Amino acid sequence: MGNRPTTIAPPVAAVGGISRRLFVQGVGGSTIALAAGGRRARGYDAPPPAVLRGTQFDLEIGSLAVNFTGRPRLATAVNGQVPAPLLRWREGDLISVRVRNRLAVPTSIHWHGLLLPANMDGVPGLSFDGIDAGATFTYKFRAQQSGTYWYHSHARFQEQTGLYGPIIIEPASGERHTVQRDYVVLLSDWTDEDPEHIYATLKRDSEYFNFAQRTVGDFVAAARARGWREAFAQWRLWGQARMDPTDLVDVSGYTYTYLMNGVTPAGNWSGEFERGERVKLRFINGSSMSFFDVRIPGLAMTVVAADGQDVDAVTVEEFRIGAGEVYDVIVQPPQHEPYTIFAQSMDGSGYARGTLAPRAGMRAPIPAMDPRPQLSMADMGMRDDMASMPAMVRAQPRHAGNPGVDMRVSAPDDSLDDPGVGLRGNGRRVLTYADLHTLGGPLDARPPQREIELHLTGHMQRFMWSFDGRKFSEAPPLEFLLGERLRIVLVNDSMMTHPIHLHGMWSEIESPAGAFQVRKHTVLVRPAQKLSYCVSAIAAGRWAFHCHLLYHMEAGMFREVTVVPAGATAPVARS
Amino acid sequence: MAQSMDMNDAARLGMLWLDQLEWRGVDEPNGAAWQGEGWYGGDYNKAWVRTEGESYSGRTEDARAELFWDHAVARWWNLEVGGRQDFGTGPARSWAALGVRGVAPQGFDVEATLYAGDASRTAARLKIEYELLITQRLVLQPEMEMNLYGRADPARDIGAGVADLEVGLRLRYELRREFAPYAGVVWARHYGATGDFPGAAGANPNDLSLAVGLRVWL
Repeated sequence: MGNRPTTIAPPVAAVGGISRRLFVQGVGGSTIALAAGGRRARGYDAPPPAVLRGTQFDLEIGSLAVNFTGRPRLATAVNGQVPAPLLRWREGDLISVRVRNRLAVPTSIHWHGLLLPANMDGVPGLSFDGIDAGATFTYKFRAQQSGTYWYHSHARFQEQTGLYGPIIIEPASGERHTVQRDYVVLLSDWTDEDPEHIYATLKRDSEYFNFAQRTVGDFVAAARARGWREAFAQWRLWGQARMDPTDLVDVSGYTYTYLMNGVTPAGNWSGEFERGERVKLRFINGSSMSFFDVRIPGLAMTVVAADGQDVDAVTVEEFRIGAGEVYDVIVQPPQHEPYTIFAQSMDGSGYARGTLAPRAGMRAPIPAMDPRPQLSMADMGMRDDMASMPAMVRAQPRHAGNPGVDMRVSAPDDSLDDPGVGLRGNGRRVLTYADLHTLGGPLDARPPQREIELHLTGHMQRFMWSFDGRKFSEAPPLEFLLGERLRIVLVNDSMMTHPIHLHGMWSEIESPAGAFQVRKHTVLVRPAQKLSYCVSAIAAGRWAFHCHLLYHMEAGMFREVTVVPAGATAPVARS
Repeated sequence: MAQSMDMNDAARLGMLWLDQLEWRGVDEPNGAAWQGEGWYGGDYNKAWVRTEGESYSGRTEDARAELFWDHAVARWWNLEVGGRQDFGTGPARSWAALGVRGVAPQGFDVEATLYAGDASRTAARLKIEYELLITQRLVLQPEMEMNLYGRADPARDIGAGVADLEVGLRLRYELRREFAPYAGVVWARHYGATGDFPGAAGANPNDLSLAVGLRVWL
C-alpha cells in the first residue's frame, strides 16, 4: 500500500531546564539512561523504541533506570524500553511470544483487546499463574483480528511503572486507508511515586491529588456570575450530597507527568510529514488513571477505527480517550509547518504534548488548557432539576445500607451523543459514541437471549470501588454460557467516568433505540449514564471484567466472568 | 487465586495523623495541646486510636487515649466501640466507649461518643469540624468540642453537665497535604467541679488563646 514503516520517532534532543508551572512537564529527552553509579549520562538520547515484526518474539521484562522529571527512578520495561517495543503482526499468523521475567516479583503480559484462548490472556490468577521471578512463559495464539491494540502488565501496578506497548496487526486484505505516514501515539501517565503509596494515599485521603477543589473565591465568583441565591443553593446541594463537583479524576497532574510515546511534554515527541501527506495516528491510552482530550489545533482528524475496528470515517476536532481505549485517526496537514498534538488530562491538571512537524525539532504553539471543568447536576443524574438532588441523596433502594456506595442515580441518561464533562459546548466538534459506526455491523446478529444489569458503584471518600456495591473479593463470578448472545447493561451510579473492559470478547454497543452502534473492547461510561452492549460468549474459560482505571480495579471494581459450556456447572472460582 | 492475582481489594492499610500539635499562648503560663488519631485496617473494619490532651508548664493537665474497633455501618457513618483512659491531673479514669464517626450533610466531620466508667460514671463527647478552602492550600478549619459528664468528679476538677467547651478556628497552609503549619485562636471554657475556676494554676476558665502548631500525617 506504499506505507512507510511504522515508527515511533526518537525523542528530540533535550531542551533546557525543568518547567514546573502547572504540573511536571518533565525534562527533555525520554528514558534517559543512567550511567553506572546513578549519575545521569550527559548528552545521551534514548534509542528509538524498537519495532519488532514477525511471528516469534522474545521479550524480557526488567527494571530500567529512567528520569522523566529530573529525579532518577526505576521503571518496568520490556527489552529495556518504556514504552515497550511496538509489535507488528499479520492477521491470521500464529504468534509466539516468549516472555522472560527478570524482575524480582511476578509479572504478566495481557494482550488488550485480543480474542484468544483464556489461558493466553495473561491475567495472573485467572488465565494462568503469572510469570514468577526468573521464569519464562510462552504465549501462543493466532492473530484473528487486525488493527491497533496494545499490551500491558496485569500484575499489581506494573502498568503504572511503564509496562505498556503498542500492537499493530496488519489486515490480511491490506490496509483500508492509504496513508504516507503511520505513527503510534501512545499516551501514558508517569509518576515518580511508588504506586503502592499512591493507592494507600487515596485510601487515606481520596482528595489528596485534587488541587481544583471549590474555594471561597469560587463561591464568590459564582455568586457574582449567577447571583448569591443560586450560588448558595448550588453549594448547599453539593454539600447535602457530601460530594465535590471537582472530583473528576483520582490521580492528577500533581503527581503525574503525561507522556506521549514515552516522551515528556518538554521533550516534545515529534512525527515528521511532508505537506499534503496523509498521516495515520494510532492513539492508544496506556495510562493507569487518565482520560485525555486530544486535539491538533489547525488539523481536522478523521477517525477511521475505534479499538482496532474500522468505523465509518467521521471527522472531528477533538476526542476523549479513556484508559484502555484506542482510536486511529488520519490527518492531512495542509501547510509546511508544525502542528501540536495536544492531549489534555480531563481534569485540566496537565497534558501530554508532541508535534507533527516537517522536520524534527520544530514546535508549534501549545494551546492554553481549557478551564478546569466541574460536574453539573446533570452529571449526577439530575438533569438540571436541582430539587431532585435530595431524593438522590436519600433514595438508595439498590444499595441500601451499603457503606461502600455513596450515591445512586435516579434518572440515568442513555444518550450516546454527550461528549462528557468539560467537552460540552466548547466550540469544537467533539467525537461521541453516537458518531461511531463499526463497518459491517455486528459480528453476531442474534438478538440477546438474556440481560445482565450491573451498576458501577463506589464511595469517593472511602475510595471503595465495585460493581453492584460488591468488591471483587465479595462477589461470585458472572456466568456466561458458551455460545450465548447476551446484553450487558451498565448504569453508572458514581460521579466518575469509568472505562469498562471485558477480556476475550467484544462489547458491541447499542444505540438507545437498540440498534448496533460500535464494537469496542473498552467502553467509557459517564457519570449517571446507562449504556448497553451485546456480547457473544465465544471462548470458554475465566476472563477478567473490570474498570480500566488501575486503582479502581485494585480497589475492587473487577469481576471474574466465567464462560461455561451450556449445561455445565461453573468451576469454583476462587479458593 | 486472588493472591496470585496480586489483587487485594481487602488489603489492610494504616495512617497516623496528628491533627493538632500546638503551642497556646494564654496569659501565663503557656500551654501545649495535641490531638491525634491513627488507624489500621480495611474498608469496613479498623483499629482506631485517638488521643488528645493539654499540658501547661510542662505538666500534663487533661489528657486521654482511646482505642476503638471502628466499623463502617452506613454510607457516611462508622460505629466505634472501645475504651478510653484518662490521665493527667487527678486520679486516672477508665471508660467503656460507644460512638459514631462520620460526615454530616454539608461536609461536617462529626464524632459523637458515649462513655460509661466505674462507680456509675457517665460521660459524652461531641466534636464537629469543618474545612473551608481559601485557596487550594490555605484551609480555614473551625472546630467545636464539648465534653459532658453525668456527675461531678472533683478529684479531676470536672463539673456535672457540660464540663468543658472548646471552639477553635485554625488557618493552615498545606506545604504538602501531609505537612501543614497553622495559626489560630481557641476559645475554651472550663466548668470546674465547684463551678469555680479550674485548678490549673493561672489558667483562665473562659479564655481566648492564640494557637500555633503543625498538622502532620503519615
